[in-house]
Amino acid sequence: MGILENAFPEYVVFSQLDKAINWARENSISYLTMDLACCGVEMAQVAGGRFDIERFGAVAQVSPRHADLMIVAGTITYKMASRIRQLYEQMPHPRYVLSMGSCSNCGGMFSWEYSYSAVSGVDKLIPVDVFVPGCPPRPEALLHGLITLQRRIAGQRVLVRDELSVVRGANGNP
Amino acid sequence: MTSFDNAQTLTFNVGPHHSAAIGPLRMKVRTDGEMVVSCEPDVGYLHRGIEKLAERMTWTGFMPYTDRVDYLSAIHCNLAYALAVESLAGIAVPERAQTIRVLVGELNRLGSHLLAVGHLANQLGAETALMYALRDRERINNLFEMLCGARLTYSYVRIGGVAADVTEGFIEKTYEFVEYLMPKLKEYHDLLSNNRVFMGRLAHVGVISPATAIDCGLTGPTLRASGVKYDTRKMQPYSGYQKFDFDVPVGKGEVGAVGDAFDRYIVRMRELEQAVSIIKQALDALPEGQFSTALPRLFKAPKGEAYAAVESPRGTLGVYVSSSGEKNPARVKFRTPSFAALNLFPDLFKNIPLSDVGTIVGSLDIMVSEVDR
Ligand code: SF4
Repeated sequence: MGILENAFPEYVVFSQLDKAINWARENSISYLTMDLACCGVEMAQVAGGRFDIERFGAVAQVSPRHADLMIVAGTITYKMASRIRQLYEQMPHPRYVLSMGSCSNCGGMFSWEYSYSAVSGVDKLIPVDVFVPGCPPRPEALLHGLITLQRRIAGQRVLVRDELSVVRGANGNP
Repeated sequence: MTSFDNAQTLTFNVGPHHSAAIGPLRMKVRTDGEMVVSCEPDVGYLHRGIEKLAERMTWTGFMPYTDRVDYLSAIHCNLAYALAVESLAGIAVPERAQTIRVLVGELNRLGSHLLAVGHLANQLGAETALMYALRDRERINNLFEMLCGARLTYSYVRIGGVAADVTEGFIEKTYEFVEYLMPKLKEYHDLLSNNRVFMGRLAHVGVISPATAIDCGLTGPTLRASGVKYDTRKMQPYSGYQKFDFDVPVGKGEVGAVGDAFDRYIVRMRELEQAVSIIKQALDALPEGQFSTALPRLFKAPKGEAYAAVESPRGTLGVYVSSSGEKNPARVKFRTPSFAALNLFPDLFKNIPLSDVGTIVGSLDIMVSEVDR
């Protein structure tokens, strides 16, 4: 949104425009599949016929440059950590991260107490919007995570001035 | 990180994010124009230190970690570990538990092969086949959920037997599923096997000669596609496989050369049929009795070492355990089939068009968690 971002006073016309922009954003999410381990299989399964994530307007993307949302599904090893950061930085604004499964939430079975090679949570690397618990989470849980994210997007201020935006950065993302 | 090495060749990375394998695998590909000069796999992006973790776990507590060694065939990893510990401690497994193990193992094989076939088709741009595979896998997941509550990481096979007896209605549902799957397999054949484009993309691509396959230590469908009739279930029967009647399909070079990508595909499809037949036999002949042998609360394996191997969907999966008589293993080592397949890379990726890289990796069915562990 560039210089228009959070630049307008709280008038009805701007907040209505915000609503329209958010409506478009929340219902056309392209997600980047970070298929790292076991949870990646469940993520693929959610794109299949029974759960069909495309009902909610979310489409899988393989290029970070076309994605709004990164679904991190699986164990993050130290070797992979820098690649995740790199891919996140390649995503255009506004960008969101959904952490799927215990491994990417907090390390899970491979947290620092147990494994010497896994990072205890993707939030050590990039900011995370929604955490979905489970090992692996059920597909319904992932769908619920997506809907939670959509609600979050719906409440964002895009054009209207946001006092907190100076602290939080553009679109709530640091 | 693309770089021109000199005026001739260009080096770039395939992966680790979204490589053709299942999981993060990085391949350094050097190309000369459209042709691949060399390809070097770089592993370790999913190294979670599972073997080391075993040393801090109790014998029974390590079981959930074996699921994560190869999450598409969790039952086979469970089984290999359980067999190794059982042979070390001399635990007898009841007949019923053995048959249930065969039954769930073959169900798991169906799921894994379906995803492998769908994934290969997806590499070629045939997304419909992947969606078909996911649809049918979903039914298998439902069956497993009914059986043990998990959809992917089961931990169902335990030391001494299985975690619980088959639940009510599982047998009927499995019969139903088997009846459902047989006609669907014909659908896959119509969609892929008899498809001229699919044949054309796979025939004569990535040919592995039997000698190379044996030298590299390949096992499973990849080895059998090269015409070598080797199957752990026949060679060293475990868990009562000797009682089952099934064929071992081998590659015959139907549309191209023996050991090409099409052979690897068609061998997997034939194995699906065999797995269905084994499931039927196991359901028909499920004996009555105990589903597990009781273990002492703090199980300690006696001093010594043992090795057990099973036929996982990707080949021979071996587990070596070593015990010092403590409550936790001294060493657990996995011998995994996908790791052997990586040995082929330098030979296989020479003078092939770049578009075949995805095809070959897809047809080898490489599972990265199993490579890195
Ligand atoms: S959370 Fe569990 S299922 Fe998911 S990647 Fe980690 S170990 Fe695998």
